[in-house]
Amino acid sequence: MRKRGPLFFAELTFTLMVCAFLVVPVILSLLAGLTANYQVGINSGLTLRWVGEVWVGYRDTIFLSIGIALACLASTLVLGIPTAYVLARRRSALARAIEELLVMPVAVPGLATALALIISYGAVPGLRTSWVFILIGHVLFTLPFMVRSVLAVLLAIDLKTLEEGAASLGADFRQRFFQIVMPNCRSGVLAGSLMVVTLSVGEFNMTWLLHTPLTKTLPVGLADAYASLRLEIASAYTLVFFLMIVPLLLAIQELSRPRPTAFRSQEE
Amino acid sequence: MRVISDGAQPISITLQRCAKTFADGTRALEPLDLRIGAGETVVLLGPSGCGKTTTLRIIAGLEAPDAGGKVLFDGADVTPLTIERRNVGMVFQSYALFPNMSVAGNIGYGLKVRKRAKSQISRRVAEMLAMMRIEALADRSIDQLSGGQRQRVALARALAVQPRALLLDEPLTALDAKLRDSLRLEIDQLLRRLGITAIYVTHDQTEAMALGDRIVVMEHGRVAQIGRPRDIYQRPATRFVAEFIGTMNRLNGSVRRDAFVTAAGSIPWPGAPQGVTEVLFRPEDVSLVAEAPHLSGTVAAAFFLGDRTRLFVHIGDSRPLVVETGARRDFRHGEAVGLKVDASGLVAL
Amino acid sequence: MRRENLTLLALLLPAGTFFAAFFLLPLARLFLVGGSGRDGFFAYALILTNKNYFTSLIATTLLALATTLVTLIVSGISGVFLERNRFPGKAALVAMLTLPLAFPGVVVGFMVIVLAGRQGLIGDISMALTGAKVVFAYSMAGLFMGYVYFSIPRTILTVMATAEKLDPRLEEAARSLGASPWRVLRDVVIPGLKPAFISCGAICFATAMGAFGTAFTLATRIDVLPMVIYTEFTLEANIAVAAALSFLLGIITWVVLAAARTAAGGTVAAAG
Repeated sequence: MRKRGPLFFAELTFTLMVCAFLVVPVILSLLAGLTANYQVGINSGLTLRWVGEVWVGYRDTIFLSIGIALACLASTLVLGIPTAYVLARRRSALARAIEELLVMPVAVPGLATALALIISYGAVPGLRTSWVFILIGHVLFTLPFMVRSVLAVLLAIDLKTLEEGAASLGADFRQRFFQIVMPNCRSGVLAGSLMVVTLSVGEFNMTWLLHTPLTKTLPVGLADAYASLRLEIASAYTLVFFLMIVPLLLAIQELSRPRPTAFRSQEE
Repeated sequence: MRVISDGAQPISITLQRCAKTFADGTRALEPLDLRIGAGETVVLLGPSGCGKTTTLRIIAGLEAPDAGGKVLFDGADVTPLTIERRNVGMVFQSYALFPNMSVAGNIGYGLKVRKRAKSQISRRVAEMLAMMRIEALADRSIDQLSGGQRQRVALARALAVQPRALLLDEPLTALDAKLRDSLRLEIDQLLRRLGITAIYVTHDQTEAMALGDRIVVMEHGRVAQIGRPRDIYQRPATRFVAEFIGTMNRLNGSVRRDAFVTAAGSIPWPGAPQGVTEVLFRPEDVSLVAEAPHLSGTVAAAFFLGDRTRLFVHIGDSRPLVVETGARRDFRHGEAVGLKVDASGLVAL
Repeated sequence: MRRENLTLLALLLPAGTFFAAFFLLPLARLFLVGGSGRDGFFAYALILTNKNYFTSLIATTLLALATTLVTLIVSGISGVFLERNRFPGKAALVAMLTLPLAFPGVVVGFMVIVLAGRQGLIGDISMALTGAKVVFAYSMAGLFMGYVYFSIPRTILTVMATAEKLDPRLEEAARSLGASPWRVLRDVVIPGLKPAFISCGAICFATAMGAFGTAFTLATRIDVLPMVIYTEFTLEANIAVAAALSFLLGIITWVVLAAARTAAGGTVAAAG
């Protein structure tokens, strides 16, 4: 048991201050969204009026964000799981190069990617004004997270031997893929899915350039609100955003906590 | 007496000119011819890198032999078939149990793949659980099992589909010594009872001698010797085999009139072949004698092993002789001892 | 087994075609469009010599560097502290510190306004203490605070993960040789954390260079490179310049991250 010296308390205080720096504005904005009048402060009473106004005015952005996030999830599952499988089966320099390539849309600023998409496909009829345009950007950005998550799990199990075991029992490729490979990367798929949905709901840099007045997502709406509306409404809108994203973040944190492995029983 | 497992006839397996060169240029196997009889248990034995696992994988259908190589099951050419279609049961070194299924699920997987009826699958799984005496584990998940239990599940899973042959890749290597001994006995009894053709890969010569009807000793991608355990042990064909199996003593000298004469004494050897300058013999063919010894030496080291004592005896040569004796007394370092060598155990290469 | 290779190739095809069609091809076109302006491909070089763009590049780089430095120091201290010590409430503390991980830049900008804007907390405090309202949300200082705000959660997790893997026996060996806690920190802990600092620092830098949402929220007059690109594109319709600038920015961030990955080795948690 180490003695709690002055260094400990200094570091603790420092960390608490950092924590306060991060958390206090969140709390303040939550309160602002629920307070009748921010200037007066909490004494003016709590109200859901602002949240109500947000719902009336920005309901569409919330639904669109959820819809795009789910579509993004479906797309990354279909595109990402086979990719992770191939990368797990063939660990080579080429595989690493492919991983590097996949990460590029994350490394390159969203602005650049969006600009590139607009220049290349902005003239395609119907695409520019469709939510699919935003979806494409989101999939590019979130795909490496799904791939990496599933790949990590596949690499941890001895995939090759498991597949050989299944093959020795007569399973062909399709049976092996759906009965052995997929069930065993469930935890990776879950972690990846949470990540993809969270990132899609919160994506702004690309979406701001890709959106049109008819395809506004929640973050885009937030930017509008911050620029033009009362602090209370902007805060209430942010509150709604937090309500959507905080459970996701907590779920991600819960998943990434290392779980103790089952105790191996003694030989009978 | 051999009992053939219900419905399945054991097959003979033949390898013709099977060689294997890997993509990076490694020559894992030189052209190999091997014939394994129906119901026989053949052990592929050798140090790591000798090609034994490659041979097993070629038989299994996980690797294809180089052009010109053929694998025959009961005379039929199965070379173009991959493992999914060969119907062989395989037990891997790491067991390869599916973490997403219970024990019962694992055992029944081969039948599920063959689209058998659910009732048939559960009946067969129950049979296998009973045969391996693991009924209590049916619904457990894989990560709750100990090493020995996993082994049994792996065997049950491989046998559930009534394979034409059973291929085992170092199944006992991952277990501790005591467990290995008891499981070795179980596997031996199982293979006898089933009468199935089995190919067993190991680097442990005790396992090989205990389990194999015949042993194929391999070295650097080639067969060094094939034979029954007794023949391999008592009549090794090459120095490598002699020294890989058990311990071998080596003595230099010359043959003179029905005796092998060395610096430390001479061993009477009726019918000794001419021109032999080196003989090999096992520690158990040497005994301690008080009078009229063949060889004289001094004790360099003594190890009490419980059931016997292993002595290292200096006889003036560079390498001490290894002698095993049941004598239950202490030996002093430097003590003079007399040794008698049984000439029937002498091997000249 | 050639059939296996074909199957694997087929599995790679969906993601591959999607990626080629919607990322590689557009980026190539971006590069070309960047060179389609008045000065042709010279534009890429001219950008560095044009006073306005160059100033913005320098400003952005300095901002990113400052953010990285402060974030590494803060995360280093807190990350190691949290990893090494157990106390009631620690899990809650860690959860709160990593919560802002997925906040988009806009929201972070709003947080800065809440803290340092005209109705902000800091302004109220300073008003109460000194009588003068301190408002800096809409300046470089506010932007800096915002960048540090979203960088800390990202780096703290990596620092904690790396600190967990440090071998305590190295520190025990140092102590047995007489090193004071400060020297142990300097000679054993910090060098041990170097790969984490390199990779975190690179991510921090690259993210700050390319961040857009925060600057957008706080003002349209702060001249960081992403804002310049945005104004060129939307307000000036200077597509070629916008394309060239964003292509350059993309190259810079990608090179920084790739270099950090090879320097630190292994997988690196990418920016959110």
